[in-house]
Amino acid sequence: MNGRRPKIDKTDYYRGIRMTPYDLIKEISIATVGILVAVLILSAVLSSPDIPSATIQAWAKSDPVDFVTTAASELAGQTTTAQYGPPYTTGSGSVQSIGPIEPQVWAGVHVAVNAPLDFVLQPLSQATVGDQTLASALTTFNNASAAQQQKWLATYNQALGSAKLVDNEVSVPSGDYGPVPVLMSRLLTLARSGGLDALLLTSEHFYQTDFSKPLLFLSDGGYFPGLAQAQDLTGSQWGMMNETGRYPGQAWLWLFTLWYQVPPIGSASNADLLVVVVMTVLSLGLLLVPFIPGLRDVPRWIPVHKLIWRQHYRSMTK
Amino acid sequence: MSEASGLGSGTGTPPLAAGSSAEGEPGWTAAVRRRLDGRLPLEEVLPTRQPAFVGSWVYVFGVVTIAALVWVLVSGTVLAFMGSAWWHTSDLGHFFNSIHFWSVQMFFIFMVLHLWGQYWGAGWRDGRAKTWMVGVVLFLVSIVTAFTGYLIQQNFDSQWIAVNAKDAINATGLGGFFNVLNFGQMYGIHVMLFPIALTLLVVLHIVQVRSRGVVRPIGDPYVPDTGESASTGASQ
Repeated sequence: MNGRRPKIDKTDYYRGIRMTPYDLIKEISIATVGILVAVLILSAVLSSPDIPSATIQAWAKSDPVDFVTTAASELAGQTTTAQYGPPYTTGSGSVQSIGPIEPQVWAGVHVAVNAPLDFVLQPLSQATVGDQTLASALTTFNNASAAQQQKWLATYNQALGSAKLVDNEVSVPSGDYGPVPVLMSRLLTLARSGGLDALLLTSEHFYQTDFSKPLLFLSDGGYFPGLAQAQDLTGSQWGMMNETGRYPGQAWLWLFTLWYQVPPIGSASNADLLVVVVMTVLSLGLLLVPFIPGLRDVPRWIPVHKLIWRQHYRSMTK
Repeated sequence: MSEASGLGSGTGTPPLAAGSSAEGEPGWTAAVRRRLDGRLPLEEVLPTRQPAFVGSWVYVFGVVTIAALVWVLVSGTVLAFMGSAWWHTSDLGHFFNSIHFWSVQMFFIFMVLHLWGQYWGAGWRDGRAKTWMVGVVLFLVSIVTAFTGYLIQQNFDSQWIAVNAKDAINATGLGGFFNVLNFGQMYGIHVMLFPIALTLLVVLHIVQVRSRGVVRPIGDPYVPDTGESASTGASQ
């Protein structure tokens, strides 16, 4: 089965084959109407999924301890996003490579994210109007040495392990946290009001369509993955091809998702890159089937074609 | 059995049809016209006769895939026209989203059936490798198109898909240029670039199928007049 196109006249090519009347337009019309009817019925009966977006406001209201813990970790530069690496930061926390092949590093930083500044300090600085306590706390924090800032944050983050909700505020045991509790309290208030959702979108432009920062911030906490877990959407739940509710999702990604369930690949630190490489190779294989001995011969070895052209083979026998 | 009446003279590089107004004329336009006249006459685009084996159910899948694509494009056009948030706030909008959703599901179901049908029939034989390859590219482009569609739903599903997909795309080094967290970028790609690419590829695929005709069944190869053994079956 080679893929080269011989110069064959079509009349000659079908020599010996019985020709029958064929109405292409009628076939397309029937198919189009048939699909429309099926789609209308499915739409009317089953509708389509639409679970509302997660918001930072909802996060701060439903799980304030998780929100404050995440925000304090962002300020300390200890979250996944803060240490991610390209294209967000110059770090290496989520950089994947195969030996010396490091496309993520080669590409460099193109969507720059400074977690302490973008997620905490900048939004707070925009909320200082009329809030002298916050302005003072920010000044204290910004004027402190990096070592002092980290000391406050390390102590505070440790204390968050025994945090409680008192009068709707996150309360930790007494300690030397510097201005950090004030910063976190104000950030929580800002988030609960919905203001942080908006402030994470702001830039020098009026129109906003880039949700990179709020999504990265959401993904650093425990609230967002918890919602996904409840919808059976996590990686171990074949989440890539699942849809919210009981709807079919991107079932065509089953093979892509499969590799994440295979231990040597799925458990590797560079699993994403490995899966992309595997799928690229498989896709090239599919593309080049006509030229790959063995793969192109399977249809002859396994005679599914006898079902496809059953009538034709019967007529040949006669 | 009759000769292939009604199939015209659609050969690989057939002679120019007698009486063609472009015959002998110089220039690029005339060259394109001569090529189109030879490779894709109207009787090939809209055939009224086909080989009897085309009556098999497997040939329906390609047509139905195109039918589903029609409704994907129609419903997508309505959704794009009414704005990205419309379907979240309007019952009619949600219904159109449902039409879009189920049309996409239908499109993929029948496209995969078409792909399997062509694989088991070895549809790439007798000079049809490029047709197969364009079909595979169509399949892959469709997957990326659908993926961008899931990213711009503006709901929890799109948030979760974006946050998880970013790691795989970032790992390839493309994350800074194809930023799945950037709604505006994904929206433009989904409603403009990919539908155009998809439509052009579908047209190319149909032209390839129509200009070469469907492949003969396995085991009933084309045998040239020379009397030599057929090349179509020998290498299977």
